[in-house]
Amino acid sequence: MSFDRRVSALAALCWACTPLIAAGPPAATTPLPPAPGAPAAPTTPAPPAAPDVPGISKADIAAALTSDSMTVPLPGELLAALSKQCKPNWSAEFRGPVNTALTSRAQIALNLGALIADGYVAVEAQDSQQVKNIGRDILALGKALGIGNEVIARGSSIAQFAENNEWNALKEELEATQNEVKNAMEKIRDEDLVIMISLGGWIRGMEIVTDIILRNFSDATASLVRQPQLASYLRGKIAHLSPKLREDPLIVSLDRQLVDVEKLVSFPLDATASREEVQKLKDAVTAMVKEMTTKN
Amino acid sequence: MKIFSVALLCVSVLALAAPRVSGIDDSDAETNARISALDVAGAFSNEGFKIRDGHWAGPLKPKEKAQLMTVNLYAGNQYYFVLGTEQDAHIVLAVYDETGKKVSTDTWSDGNKFATSVAPAASGPHYISVRLADGEPATFCLLYTYK
Repeated sequence: MSFDRRVSALAALCWACTPLIAAGPPAATTPLPPAPGAPAAPTTPAPPAAPDVPGISKADIAAALTSDSMTVPLPGELLAALSKQCKPNWSAEFRGPVNTALTSRAQIALNLGALIADGYVAVEAQDSQQVKNIGRDILALGKALGIGNEVIARGSSIAQFAENNEWNALKEELEATQNEVKNAMEKIRDEDLVIMISLGGWIRGMEIVTDIILRNFSDATASLVRQPQLASYLRGKIAHLSPKLREDPLIVSLDRQLVDVEKLVSFPLDATASREEVQKLKDAVTAMVKEMTTKN
Repeated sequence: MKIFSVALLCVSVLALAAPRVSGIDDSDAETNARISALDVAGAFSNEGFKIRDGHWAGPLKPKEKAQLMTVNLYAGNQYYFVLGTEQDAHIVLAVYDETGKKVSTDTWSDGNKFATSVAPAASGPHYISVRLADGEPATFCLLYTYK
């Protein structure tokens, strides 16, 4: 594994602009199921294994580690949260066929990430044909990146799960596909493209989510666009790309637009985005998706 | 040349000591820790939780400062973070919100398996804290589940 993929400390920039609030009690949780082969889990929470720490400091937070596979949430996580707050019309979020005849590797990787986000939507809509279409496009982009072999096996599984309507398995398969692609990129020392896949997935995911929020607007749905640290994390990753990629006009443009997006998703902890702010965010990410798919 | 050798040695030591994420060159200890974590995560999977494919793994030394990993969680979802170690260990696992307040509940442990739950009150960054309270150094692997 490359040194770049080691976790790195990240300054918690959002801390300074986030007022402290007394968070309400967490929602009820399901009882802990017993681990297989282990004694049954206690029905009431067991005492902690060791003395606990009631809080952490700003300095602790500023030194917290980050990593692509832990810090960047999956599109599926956001869609899962959204579906608890409203009943999205997932099919309305399908888009037409994407251009898979791209030549820029960065642009291909961005679109691959975006397609994986589309895959989650197709799974939520339980539309097997749409899943298969997206799987085919993912394979086309994977081949263009020279990692077709890694994607072929996953593509076959995706098609099979879709055929059998195994929707839960499909969600995990989509993430596994994304990780397979990222690992393959690392193996061929194209690690800059790993962040492009995450970035593309996040931007397309935000386009989908903001559209659903606008169709089902409430304080609860609007609060889901709040992701201050994530936007700054992605911008930080862009800042550490190789100079050649960092100077790519598409990346320069996306990075510039991310500045505005970061502001729109960085409202205070005790606030909610207004309909107008969500619309602005949607317009911003829609423009980014358009640029990702057409600029070459 | 000497300076270069020292620098190379420092980089190598750092590379070995740094926690890892989603590695393809995991050590045996990490693999065994991951198996323990997957044992617990499997139970959550049966309860409808999705297990993220990525993981966070690395060495822990007793009484050292807790290691923190940033995650971005969404209000409305429920999360379980499960941790495994190769041998039985005295691990403190907790999750804090962006104000630094502990928000994890249902902390559970059984020898070399640990879990804690979070149902975020607000969407945004949260911090998973992992600490080895005492005993022998250990290698951990943490998995992330949600529904």
